[in-house]
Amino acid sequence: MKKVFGKPKSLKDAVFHYCPGCGHSIIHRLVAEIIDELNIEEKVIGVPPAGCAVLAYDYFDIDIGESPHGRGAAVATGLKRALPDRIVFTYQGDGDIAAIGTAETIHAANRGENITVIFVNNGVYGMTGGQMAPTTIIGQISTTTPGGRNEKRDGAPIDLSEMLALTDGTVYIERTAVDTPKNIIRTKKAIKKAFRVQMAGLGFSLVEVLSPCPTNLKLSPVQANEWIGSTMTNYFPLKVIKDKVGKLGASPHLE
Amino acid sequence: MLLRGSHVFAEAAVRAGCRFYFGYPITPQNELTEYMANALASLPDGVFIQAESELAAINMVIGVSMAGKRAMTSSSSPGISLKQEGISFLSAMELPAVIINTMRGGPGLGNIAAAQGDYLQATRGGGHGDYRTIVLAPGSGQEMADFTRMAFEYADRYRIPVIILGDGMMSQMMEPVEFPDPIDPKSLPPKPWVLDGAKDRPSRIIKSLILDTSAMEEHNWKLFRKYEMIEKEISQVELFLTDDARLVVIAYGTASRITKGAIKRVREMGLKVGLMSPKTLWPFPKRFLLEMSRVVTDFLVFEMSTGQMLEDVKLSLEGRRRIHFYGRPGGIISTPDEIAKVINNIYFKEGLETEG
Ligand code: SF4
Repeated sequence: MKKVFGKPKSLKDAVFHYCPGCGHSIIHRLVAEIIDELNIEEKVIGVPPAGCAVLAYDYFDIDIGESPHGRGAAVATGLKRALPDRIVFTYQGDGDIAAIGTAETIHAANRGENITVIFVNNGVYGMTGGQMAPTTIIGQISTTTPGGRNEKRDGAPIDLSEMLALTDGTVYIERTAVDTPKNIIRTKKAIKKAFRVQMAGLGFSLVEVLSPCPTNLKLSPVQANEWIGSTMTNYFPLKVIKDKVGKLGASPHLE
Repeated sequence: MLLRGSHVFAEAAVRAGCRFYFGYPITPQNELTEYMANALASLPDGVFIQAESELAAINMVIGVSMAGKRAMTSSSSPGISLKQEGISFLSAMELPAVIINTMRGGPGLGNIAAAQGDYLQATRGGGHGDYRTIVLAPGSGQEMADFTRMAFEYADRYRIPVIILGDGMMSQMMEPVEFPDPIDPKSLPPKPWVLDGAKDRPSRIIKSLILDTSAMEEHNWKLFRKYEMIEKEISQVELFLTDDARLVVIAYGTASRITKGAIKRVREMGLKVGLMSPKTLWPFPKRFLLEMSRVVTDFLVFEMSTGQMLEDVKLSLEGRRRIHFYGRPGGIISTPDEIAKVINNIYFKEGLETEG
């Protein structure tokens, strides 16, 4: 019998600990599939964050170096500079990358570090129990914004990807989501392209993935996905934010 | 070679096979960073990054160290405080690294004069969690060169971050130095634990998160046993005129140099005074001190602080002998005459001229 669906080689035989309906499981699988498809499992090094995805090392069957909270881009810089022919990616949440690790991220991007960043934006601090994230949207209730995020008091949600696009060192930045099958396929294409940008030696690539956290949104998995499409994307529209690939003389269709 | 102290550190690091340096500007150690920028730019395998922050610099060191290569960062007191997060992680993940602290007056921004106020921070771990780092205290240009080489060797041997404590005075000092032969990083033995892509081997994880309490306890004890082994293997002191000494001064770094001058002066007056200069601050060379306390009744701890190493001397001697203290914090550099006077006072107050 022909096997039509199986576990990617780059995933261990472990059951995800993520909550039901969590986007991390989908994104992990996509990354693992891409690593398999690009045949880079023997040269890839992943840098997971502090946050829900800290346990990524339990799932990916590749070399993993854990980063202190927010410092993924700096750790990845060290790894990639030491091993320029390996493929180095970070996997970071919104609090990790857009609050505590903003400086490391912007400067790694600005230096054009040849790394790939997978930025999972679910609009909330997951692991610590649902506090306001830098990307929490206006009016969104969290444990530290009980009356909803108030722009005057808490600031507006930060669009880190757009900010990064302004730096010269970034080559490819796209925002996608994993709320629908169509968007999941789009996400896979984007992440694959981001890895290819690195493999071609072009520079910094990042894919921001809007991802459901039903637990902290206090919604069912289906409702959480609907919320992404109906509400979150108003603040974080899905689009290619920057693509310099063609300008750099590489084939613009790295996906 | 005649070089200033900060350049000695840098040249010695390059010769130790260090090809990765990450730093952030801070006085009084910018010459070290600038030397590395030059030296590494002229090497095909050299990587220098002026990091956006001390935090970024130490985390870049973490990345290089995970890849198994020799990496260094350096700073001065306030910057070292910022690096403590990374030093705690390096310790937890048992990653080698070399960190040079050119100490200045503090707390806070303090000033840029030479001081020794970071002793406790360096020797007690400095960041969060139950760990120690090796701390080396060179007292001359030659020792700055030798200890930098040693720091990389210890870091690799024990998989531990090694801190070298200098100060603004030592980094400006010009002294003739003989460097050991340069090491080609390619000739260093491969490390069996590095991350370089899981080719022909199972995948590896380097991490510090250990949620299971018994596993965490086990890891803590494993680190502790390593620290015990290091204590046995590497404690080191320099002894200066201690053979017949009735009073032994304990001082490190710049303070030990000043003390040597003071001892020469009081020796001319017939006072039997020596110096014991710890070269490893952690592990503190307790057994050398205990050994000495069998015949010496009086110790004078001299530090450019309000008394930090003093705690280790007290802990080592456990009340067995008289311990005197003299300290000048804030970036004040005592003169040998000043210390000679202090020695003189103690010597006669305790009646050491009549003993034995
Ligand atoms: S808390 Fe949210 S982000 Fe974390 S595992 Fe659960 S659903 Fe996913």
